[in-house]
Amino acid sequence: MTEKPVLQVKNLSVEFHTYAGTIKAIRNVSFELNKGETLAIVGESGSGKSVTTHTLMGLNASNATISAGHIFYKGKDLLKFSEEEFEELRGGEVAMIFQDPMTSLDPTMKIGKQIMEVILLHDEDIEKEQAAAKALELMKQVGIPNAEEHFQDYPHQWSGGMRQRAVIAVALAGNPDILIADEPTTALDVTIQAQILHLMKEIQSEIDSSIIFITHDLGVVAGMADKVAVMYAGQIVEYGTTEEIFYNPQHPYTWGLLNSMPTTDIDTDELSSIPGTPPDLLNLPKGDPFAPRNRYALDIDYEEEPPFFQLSDTHYAATWLLDKRAPKITPPKEILKRWDKWKKFGSKSALPKISKFGVAEKKKTAKETAVPKSGAEVTGKDNI
Amino acid sequence: MAKYILKRILMMVLTVFIVTALTFVMMQWMPGSPFNNPKLSASQIAQLSKQYGLSKPIWQQFLNYLVNAAHFNFGTSYINTGQSVSLMISQRLPVSMELGIQALILGVPLGMYIGTYQAMRKNTARDYSLSIITLFFTALPDFLLGMLLMLFFAIDMPIFPITGWNSWMSSVLPTLALGMGVIAFVARFTRSQTLETLDSDQIQLAYAKGLDEGQVIMKHAVRNSLIPVLTLLGPLTAGLLTGSALIETIFSIPGIGNQFVSSISSKDYPVIMGTTIVYTILLQVMILLGDIATAIADPRIRLGGKD
Amino acid sequence: MAEKTFQVVGIESSSDNEKIQKPSLTFWQDAWRRLKLNKVAVVSMWFLIAISVFTIVMVPFLSQQQANKFNPNEIATYKDLPPKSGLPIPGWEGKHDGDDLYSDQNVPAGKNFILGTDDTGRSVAKRVIVGIRISLTIAIVASLGDLIIGVSFGVFSAWKGGWIDLILQRFIEILSSVPFIVIVTLFTLLLGAGIWSVIISLILTGWINMARQIRAQTLSVKEQDYVLAATVLGERPLKIAMKHIIPNISSTIIVQLMMTIPQAITSEAILSALGLGVQPPTSSLGSMINDARDEIQYYPYLVLIPGTFLVLISLAFYLFGDGLRDAFDPKSGDSGD
Ligand SMILES: Nc1ncnc2c1ncn2[C@@H]1O[C@H](COP(=O)(O)OP(=O)(O)OP(=O)(O)O)[C@@H](O)[C@H]1O
Ligand SMILES: [Mg+2]
Repeated sequence: MTEKPVLQVKNLSVEFHTYAGTIKAIRNVSFELNKGETLAIVGESGSGKSVTTHTLMGLNASNATISAGHIFYKGKDLLKFSEEEFEELRGGEVAMIFQDPMTSLDPTMKIGKQIMEVILLHDEDIEKEQAAAKALELMKQVGIPNAEEHFQDYPHQWSGGMRQRAVIAVALAGNPDILIADEPTTALDVTIQAQILHLMKEIQSEIDSSIIFITHDLGVVAGMADKVAVMYAGQIVEYGTTEEIFYNPQHPYTWGLLNSMPTTDIDTDELSSIPGTPPDLLNLPKGDPFAPRNRYALDIDYEEEPPFFQLSDTHYAATWLLDKRAPKITPPKEILKRWDKWKKFGSKSALPKISKFGVAEKKKTAKETAVPKSGAEVTGKDNI
Repeated sequence: MAKYILKRILMMVLTVFIVTALTFVMMQWMPGSPFNNPKLSASQIAQLSKQYGLSKPIWQQFLNYLVNAAHFNFGTSYINTGQSVSLMISQRLPVSMELGIQALILGVPLGMYIGTYQAMRKNTARDYSLSIITLFFTALPDFLLGMLLMLFFAIDMPIFPITGWNSWMSSVLPTLALGMGVIAFVARFTRSQTLETLDSDQIQLAYAKGLDEGQVIMKHAVRNSLIPVLTLLGPLTAGLLTGSALIETIFSIPGIGNQFVSSISSKDYPVIMGTTIVYTILLQVMILLGDIATAIADPRIRLGGKD
Repeated sequence: MAEKTFQVVGIESSSDNEKIQKPSLTFWQDAWRRLKLNKVAVVSMWFLIAISVFTIVMVPFLSQQQANKFNPNEIATYKDLPPKSGLPIPGWEGKHDGDDLYSDQNVPAGKNFILGTDDTGRSVAKRVIVGIRISLTIAIVASLGDLIIGVSFGVFSAWKGGWIDLILQRFIEILSSVPFIVIVTLFTLLLGAGIWSVIISLILTGWINMARQIRAQTLSVKEQDYVLAATVLGERPLKIAMKHIIPNISSTIIVQLMMTIPQAITSEAILSALGLGVQPPTSSLGSMINDARDEIQYYPYLVLIPGTFLVLISLAFYLFGDGLRDAFDPKSGDSGD
């Protein structure tokens, strides 16, 4: 823990200026990312996950302003970067994997060339042939069968899963320190999802990069992430290690997310969803923006935003329930079951291992896909 | 791809067939049409009757007409008596094609450039001004622009010849008159296509690779928005056919359009019918060329198996 | 104090909270608010309103016959007079190359033609007013015709789907690959030139675009839950179309209408210039330009005046239509014409 984090985000706020007023897309977001670590950012649609990562890459729309905060990447303040410095950074030190592989590749360019493009861009000395060889190497690394044969293919000739592998190859081409994956599996079939997640994990251990993994589905987080940031209406409402978030959740919103997730490790009678809809970011309500959807909302939630309460070195939650003046409330019984496990095992190491990808799927398919064989999809040529 | 082109050619033949059938119907029933024109002399009627086999049943007449049309035999003009319509058309067609191609060469690249530039500078003052300018030229009909150009640059300031088609100078004003509309049309379309492309995930990925704006535009955006622009070749040609008919009249250019307009006012039916069929074929060919160009530029069509 | 503040109140009391939030705007209010911010579109809208109101108000005061009428005995006096405002505004004093044509031709003192006269001594101002009236009427009637046919065809084609849709699409494809000039020429020769044949020609060529747009929109609306629900509940197709589909594509329809009108204005002018349109002595903007074509060297104002109105009106429709489209769909930069 003495090592300096690769990335530090401090009190970051981003606003969008639109005809109707100012949208406060993210507010006061802080987190850290260490080398080789995976941080998951979880939250509903519109909670500001993509805006956060776009800001890291200097890719925000032109109507955006960063109204406060700092981003330090290896000690350098990214917000002071020029456009040229960002271009150097993007695709090189920080790379991105997008949600929909069907639309993120250029349909008019050969896949091999799209991978080579990054290599040539970030390595001035490399020859074309070497770049092609490296691109081919990457295609093999991400598990594309008969890569030589498919080097000259166009994206539309490939299946979604294969295209996402190609997008990952593009991301790896610049040897990134940080890999940002913005919902990399949401557009894919469940079985393919597991394979892509597995591939990412595998690659991470090979190249020792850090990953920021964005999803609206807590289920896929378990096997992937070391730390989790739960976002709501542009703010991080709970932040902790994966075990802390899963077995000692404190924020009612996290409870809601956990209860709406099908899971194999806690007996659940039913799945419940969080009532209501997220607030209008143009006119945020007074107090805690989550209060109108919170069954455990206190009077004060409608008056004042809660501060962060620290639960451990690594665990923070922004809810008035943690204030010492707050009454004792009883969380839903599924959460109590989680807390029980936490009490029983206490420390991280003693926790039962969270099943690798099973949590991502509905109960009945969980068993079949829990242990995906790497490359299972890859053997058949017709899968491309 | 061969299958795709074959399909297009079939559609094209069908369209030309339908238009030919329509002209046949009009030749038959229209008051003052070649077959029932009171002005015709007995010998002319006899000649027509022989040429079209008027005594035969109607379907045979139609077959006859089709065969004639397929050989570009549209009979002889009423006004320039005795002159073969196909000869009249074939003499004048090259002039019109030259004018049309010049307008396309001027308009398409410039329009694409302006549209792309506007998309890159979306919602800036320059984008707004260019939008208003291109809209102005959309609202201004070609022939009116032609008259204005003639008024300002040939009459008030005698820089260019007023009429004719005999030198490069004489082609400047007509080409501009036709080309400005093309620029405006292509620019507006390119702008919207490029905006759509720039909004897509693939462009986000291109930026995420570390490409700068110029590289993103040149390497990824242009090619993707070029594909739909190629399909404009058809509609553009349709506009040019109409536009050049009037421009040729105004500038007294000896093209097929000029002849067409005067044949309308003099009710010279054989010329009207012949030109109509030639116009239809021209447009079909241009649509086909546009489709082939699209297929070449778009691997999804070229290699089959669209998304 | 503190105890009260920390009471669990849950979701129930949130009604309080909702009052603080602004009431959400309806789609139309929202679009109107956005439109109002677009200065160019607002100016165009007012210009169009002013022109339309003026044209309608003038109907009882100025008939088509009055604008066409001329006195054969007075042609020499009144012909080809340049615009004269009666005020000392340079270039608007009834002079041509320094000659005062009004006194040269012995025009009675005090008689000014603010937009001049044509070669038979008719007032250009009167003819332009009638011309705008006729051009606008033709364009609007034709566009409404496009709308009715295009919407019915588009909705029907998309709603039926399957082979019916396929055949109708092929039909549209073939029709749209016949040049405009060919369709209108054949058609006008058949019907004889005149206002109605212009309108029908314009509809014949114009509805295709509308049908295409409407079909695409309907296809996407068709998949929406409320339409599926209505279908499952067994509502009659016509009722579903009227109640659920058309209201949901009305913004597309309105924008498309605003884009069709100026195209119709231009097409009318082109037809008149081809000699297939409005016939003399009736004036339309296009026929006025066409009539003055050969005299442009000597009497440029006879072209410039109707030309200016033609361009301004078309431009205003386009700008307003663009503004509407952006207001209805703020994400769209443009969706082509
Ligand atoms: N260019 C923009 N202009 C205005 N508002 C924007 C812009 N980009 C994003 N926003 C707003 O910022 C908020 C956060 O968006 P963001 O894309 O980060 O959500 P997200 O958490 O990634 O959601 P999803 O799961 O749907 O991807 C949204 O309310 C969105 O409307
Ligand atoms: Mg997102």
